[in-house]
Amino acid sequence: MSKRAAPAPVPERTPTDWKGAAMQKRIRRRYAAERRFKLFGMLAVILSAAFLAFLIATMVANGARGFTRSEVALDLDFPKMGLAVDRTHLSTPGADLALSGAGLQDKVEIAAESGGDHSLAANSAWITVRDAIKADPSILGGKRTIWVPASTALEMGARGEGTAAAQADASRLRSAGKLRTGFNWGFFTASNSNDPVAVGIWGALKGSLLTMLVTFLIAFPVGVLAAIYLEEYAPKNRWTDLIEVSINNLAAVPSIIFGLLGLAVFLGTWQIGGHSFGPLLPRSAAVVGGLTLALMIMPVIVIASRNAIKGVPPSIRDAALGIGASRIQVVFHHVLPLAMPGILTGTIIGMARALGETAPLLLIGMRAFIVTAPQGFTDPATVLPVQIFLWSDEVSRGFVEKTSAAIIVLLVFLLTMNGLAIYLRNKFETRW
Amino acid sequence: MNVFALLFVVVGLGLIGWLTARARAVRFDRGGQKRLHSLPSQHGWYVAMWTVLPALLFVAAWTALSPALIRDQVLKAPAAAQLSDFAFERDTILGEARDVALGRADSTFDPTADALVAPMREAIAFYGWTGTAIAILLAFAGGAFAFSRISPAFRARTRVERGLMLILLVASLIAILTTIGIFLSLFWESIRFFAMVPPQDFLFSTHWSPQLIDPNNPGKSLGAVPLFWGTFFIGAVIAMLVAIPFGLMSAIYLTQYAAPRVRAWMKPMLEILAGVPTVVYGYFAALTVAPAVRDLAVHLGMPFASAESALAAGLVMGVMIIPFVSSLADDSIAAVPTAMRDGSLAMGATNSETISRVLLPAALPGVVAGVLLAVSRAIGETMIVVMAASGAANITLNPFESATTVTKQIVDLLTGESEFDSPKTLAAFALGLTLFVITLLLNIVALRVVKKYREAYE
Repeated sequence: MSKRAAPAPVPERTPTDWKGAAMQKRIRRRYAAERRFKLFGMLAVILSAAFLAFLIATMVANGARGFTRSEVALDLDFPKMGLAVDRTHLSTPGADLALSGAGLQDKVEIAAESGGDHSLAANSAWITVRDAIKADPSILGGKRTIWVPASTALEMGARGEGTAAAQADASRLRSAGKLRTGFNWGFFTASNSNDPVAVGIWGALKGSLLTMLVTFLIAFPVGVLAAIYLEEYAPKNRWTDLIEVSINNLAAVPSIIFGLLGLAVFLGTWQIGGHSFGPLLPRSAAVVGGLTLALMIMPVIVIASRNAIKGVPPSIRDAALGIGASRIQVVFHHVLPLAMPGILTGTIIGMARALGETAPLLLIGMRAFIVTAPQGFTDPATVLPVQIFLWSDEVSRGFVEKTSAAIIVLLVFLLTMNGLAIYLRNKFETRW
Repeated sequence: MNVFALLFVVVGLGLIGWLTARARAVRFDRGGQKRLHSLPSQHGWYVAMWTVLPALLFVAAWTALSPALIRDQVLKAPAAAQLSDFAFERDTILGEARDVALGRADSTFDPTADALVAPMREAIAFYGWTGTAIAILLAFAGGAFAFSRISPAFRARTRVERGLMLILLVASLIAILTTIGIFLSLFWESIRFFAMVPPQDFLFSTHWSPQLIDPNNPGKSLGAVPLFWGTFFIGAVIAMLVAIPFGLMSAIYLTQYAAPRVRAWMKPMLEILAGVPTVVYGYFAALTVAPAVRDLAVHLGMPFASAESALAAGLVMGVMIIPFVSSLADDSIAAVPTAMRDGSLAMGATNSETISRVLLPAALPGVVAGVLLAVSRAIGETMIVVMAASGAANITLNPFESATTVTKQIVDLLTGESEFDSPKTLAAFALGLTLFVITLLLNIVALRVVKKYREAYE
């Protein structure tokens, strides 16, 4: 027989006095903590939003001026300038060389000094004059007024900044009708230059376009096909696991590592069978950048495509199989079209990431000084983010606003792409 | 012929093959003696596949191999006899001759290269046209072979599907090949680096000044400890001090408190913050944040504060990571079963008590994994530190002093003009390998934690 222990006496509990002062105080304290917590959360969101607003406001404030430019009217008396140019040359491809050989640059500069000791026109003004002469050689016979970009100092003066002398120059010229400020179309048609007044983003934009084309043509088909294989056909075994793990890891590898890969594989020296041979592809070219970025965003496309394919309900597959479609037909005729909005959303997000990427492209040499826009995939090229980086390094004051203006253009592209992706996702989000 | 033009021709031939094969199969069908096994378009695809694939494979192999063949041919030319036996010098001269021959450069620096331009041009033309001819021949041969096999009973569909399956498999293998490629290329160059610099010097020595390398003892000025410290300090300490509280609190507010309308506006806003390219953050850090931080330091009594402080780069990097932390925290909080939340609220806990004592502990593994992923992203981030951090390698605990990171040094080492074989250039690959291994470990641990945790509630 076992002796049962007597149950411990339950202490008498008085009911909690919720209305009592102690409890009321406690509840007040808890509610205060609740309000504080909520406030912290709100602050976190508001501060993040404020940071974004501040960043965009800074860029717009700095960059808005990059889109305008002042021009000054130059009165040129060509016969007096004494340009020794054979006019028959002016319609030939040698015209540029002939005109610069005749000292056009110096002569335009002298004309632009117009009594003062410093040039009112930008260093690149003679290029505008040269193009005007090439367009109509007959102007060489007489006097002509040509609008050329203003010098950086005068540009500042026209905005009421800069030195007092520059401001005086600006107001004098403006009242004489020799200074005008307008939208800077040259920013979208010109390429890089040493002179901040003359720079434009066209070369970089075209480089970005070519690079993105290569990236898309490789990453999209390969990514989607890989996703189809992994989601629909792959047997569950160690190999498939290995592929999955490497895709997930590649998605998180720092972008600069892809730059090192591109440098070593596409531009490095290879040793095969005792032969060593040089780069497979030309340095600084859009095709190298495109290939490197394609490897970088492929995992993003694979992961997004797999999720989209996973979202198509099995009943669709069963129905197609039931009426006699083959497994390939099921996927290519039914699953893929239904998954396409999701796949496209992921692709757009991946392409936006590639468009904003800088570091890997710096490593593979797409930082060349490009004065003319690239003509093909193998020409030396640069891209918009790299151009922004290069301009940000320039000391000249005029480059600050050009950098910000280029950033605005890049942000407009990226926000449009991201906005399109969000819109597509919301519009085609199907609940099966 | 240009490779792009060649690809165009091959694909064009494939299209012609598709059209003719399909037309032939349609005629079988109309003839009506026998039922076709496969659809006419499947016959078309069969012929197109045979036309395009062998030719494409050949073009790929030829593009990789022909430089070596061209080189051998040029070396046989009489002008090449006076080239030095020293491989590096010889390759530079050959490279110059090739650039001129291809029209990428206007003239050569080295007079010996001038003599090689003509043989180089000949060799390039010879191998270029041979390759083009073989590729087009292969396309025709493949197409003709496939075309000859078309008959009403031919099982074109099965063959096409088998071929397609092979293409799918190859596409999925590219991910593995990329991983192997990254590892091998980093590993290979690192081995060459460690043949010149002892690994213990690189990993444990604390003096980093790649601008002044003593050729007899390069390890003395290539100690990477200050870089590792700077990377950790900027990416894992300062940036996380900003990103974790802000990211976590935004996620909590947006999922638990915010009205649906606020959430509908705020979530895309965070996504926009995530979509801003890093070069823009870098420019912002260098232009606006860094001077402000320096003014603050001067105010606090540090008159010689650096304009390239660790704090400026770390702060902006933290802001960049906020959306990343927020979306991962969002996911792991949403994965906690609602029953746990409801139970806690039913017991009379306030919202904040429920969140901090029930939801967060339950979501902790997911949040920790998110933080690990965020750290891995922060230490791999390049442009912000390239533009806003300094190149001076210091080991410091003062956020107002300058510090440098692994990624910044990789960019600095590789963007200067220098030859490919110097310890300076190869050091970038050793740094890259270290970075790759560390981020890989962080990712593997994080993904494993997430996976395990997800299973716990499912």
